[in-house]
Amino acid sequence: MTHAPSSNTLGFIVPEPAARPGDTPDFSSIGLKLDSPAPRPDPMCPASDTHTLANSLVRVLNDEHEAQGEWNPGLSAKDLRKGLHIMLKTRLYDVRMFKLQRQGKLSFYMKSMGEEAVAAAAGMALRYEDMLFPSYRQQGLLFARDRDMVDMICHCLSNQRDNLKGRQLPVHYTWKEGNFFSISGNLGTQFPQAVGWAMASAARGEDTVTASWIGDGTTAEGDFHGACTLASVYNAPVILNVVNNQWAISSFSGIAGGNNATFAAKAIGYGLPCLRVDGNDFLAVYAATGWAAERARAGHGATLIETVTYRADAHSTSDDPSRYRPKEEAAAWPLGDPIERLKNHLINLGEWDESRHEALTEALTKEVQANYKKAESYGTLREGPHAPVSSMFEDVYAEQPWHLRRQRQDLGV
Amino acid sequence: MSDSAKMTMIQAINSAHDVLLENDERVCAFGEDAGYFGGVFGCTQGLQEKHGKSRVFDTPINEAAIVAMAIGMAANGMRPIAEIQFADYIFPGFDQIVSELSRLRFRTAGQFTAPLVLRTPCGGGIYGGQTHSMSPESFFTHIPGIKVAMPSNPYDAKGMLIAASESEDPVLMFEPKRLYNGPFDGDPHKPALSWSKHEKGEVPTGHYTVPLGKADIVRKGDALSVVAYGTMVHVALASARLAGIDAEIIDLRTLVPYDMETIAKSVNKTGRCVVLHEAPRTGGFGAELIAQIQEDCFYALEAPVKRVTGWDTPYPHAFEWQYFPGQERVTRAMIETLEA
Repeated sequence: MTHAPSSNTLGFIVPEPAARPGDTPDFSSIGLKLDSPAPRPDPMCPASDTHTLANSLVRVLNDEHEAQGEWNPGLSAKDLRKGLHIMLKTRLYDVRMFKLQRQGKLSFYMKSMGEEAVAAAAGMALRYEDMLFPSYRQQGLLFARDRDMVDMICHCLSNQRDNLKGRQLPVHYTWKEGNFFSISGNLGTQFPQAVGWAMASAARGEDTVTASWIGDGTTAEGDFHGACTLASVYNAPVILNVVNNQWAISSFSGIAGGNNATFAAKAIGYGLPCLRVDGNDFLAVYAATGWAAERARAGHGATLIETVTYRADAHSTSDDPSRYRPKEEAAAWPLGDPIERLKNHLINLGEWDESRHEALTEALTKEVQANYKKAESYGTLREGPHAPVSSMFEDVYAEQPWHLRRQRQDLGV
Repeated sequence: MSDSAKMTMIQAINSAHDVLLENDERVCAFGEDAGYFGGVFGCTQGLQEKHGKSRVFDTPINEAAIVAMAIGMAANGMRPIAEIQFADYIFPGFDQIVSELSRLRFRTAGQFTAPLVLRTPCGGGIYGGQTHSMSPESFFTHIPGIKVAMPSNPYDAKGMLIAASESEDPVLMFEPKRLYNGPFDGDPHKPALSWSKHEKGEVPTGHYTVPLGKADIVRKGDALSVVAYGTMVHVALASARLAGIDAEIIDLRTLVPYDMETIAKSVNKTGRCVVLHEAPRTGGFGAELIAQIQEDCFYALEAPVKRVTGWDTPYPHAFEWQYFPGQERVTRAMIETLEA
């Protein structure tokens, strides 16, 4: 992993990814040791017992689509199919919403294409009462908790049924009833907040766990350091997930320091346990999340998990990845596609087949379309109806102060 | 009627914490050196020993993390009171305040809120140099969604802190550190005064509140209105007394939302107004006050509204009293406004 300076002249280094547009994709520098899967320490072990795992990879599904090794969570076929269902629903939802943005129905959208296992598996491994502080590519958590898709789309459309009253960009969901915190859109700010939330739960003696997610790029923010410091100092029952999807818009993970150490290895300096996980392996993410949750629930504090995955599509509807990375890179990603892998595992087990998969794909596609139609009947961003304009002046404070009342009157609403 | 005692501003703030911690198990207090040691100014002294380590504790030196932790705790049902050791140190936490704390209620349409208090000592007069003297309130008065307050005496400090902690909104409370141990009237050559001889140094030992958003007319008068807050309230009082000017002096107490009703009533009566703050002039809170005064009171005004403020420089260590808007500058502005 460590790269020595390439010349003996003085100067600073601006890391470059192994491949740019036109180059052959090359992931050899990421240090994926697929042949020697990580051992599973006891969840109550000293943090230092996990530190060798910072450079290995927790894996359950092998390249032959078999579940193997100590980390195999032994899920039932029913749960495996549920996981597949959540991931496929996420993908088809994303595909449809992305298209709708292109048609001008939405102002903005972000897909989680290629990294659906990260949210789906964690969502299933955690208890419903566990608190989620997600980033903007974990819509799978909402599907894992059965959030009404119509409500989700109404938020993205900022229409009259949007539970955020048209105040937030699409994808920046909030769902208190589902123990899903608000996605702010600022990077990393919610990582240390999650620790505070976890401390409050612990102070009341509750055995709930709080989980938060940021990307590889965001580990460079000071709030990452703040969260890890707080989590370590106060032994907070929190799971700090770094979703290493290789790309932060156009900057590869090396710009965040990923060339010099794994993101999991950052835990070592804080004395936190770490796991580095095959993020496209549904079973591995499930098992790692379960390990960290069991540890936190037993009072042994926080865990830093790096899920190694690949952002298979654009950052958002606002960028074109073919301008900064090879078009073939997603197909060449050595950890494959999370949906294909779980699907093939189920087929291997005799619990799934291509025709059932096709039928599910068709049913979910129809479900998304029907839900969109229904959501659209409550209004769209451009045409409304929206929440009343006067609601813009509400919820700034608990009670509207005189100056906001005056400003509302100035606007004539 | 509850008992009262002579208290400094530090003791009053300490007492507010004590009452809140006693009355409400959701309250906790933390900050750098705020736990075992009780804070560098002693505002939380003895509270860890009395209320326990899980309720009053030390934090790592990371203001962003302190604010973020408080947000997470408050959103999850607690009522944190976080101390930022000096207002000059608050900026690492600025993003958490601007982007997160202030907008949480709005962004979530009221699903999540963060009712917490951030307290921080501000202002000069203790030879703190440029990094321990700032009055950065106007960086924060520009943020929709937080309340900003600055008490000027022990009685208000305790009552406002209790009101802030019981408020459903996040409150940022600036505490003028030059007032911690006594009322300072702007004359550095006089022996320091004690709160024990000041009527606002008599503080109820139990629970009471001083409502946020309400100014206090600390001197009634007819010649002109002076709008001030924090240390400048005492400078205004001394200046008016020494110059024999019948000023109506308003202690604003809360900057957001400020009590325009009280200001307008006074300015409409006197027709003349001077606005004071220790913070630099350009873009300072006085600009907001004066803009609103001219909108609401223009036809009552007999003279331009003047500002007396700190200079647009960093707070200099050796020239503290040339920087500080003391009695001479305040008196001159009052006279000029009267003569205009």
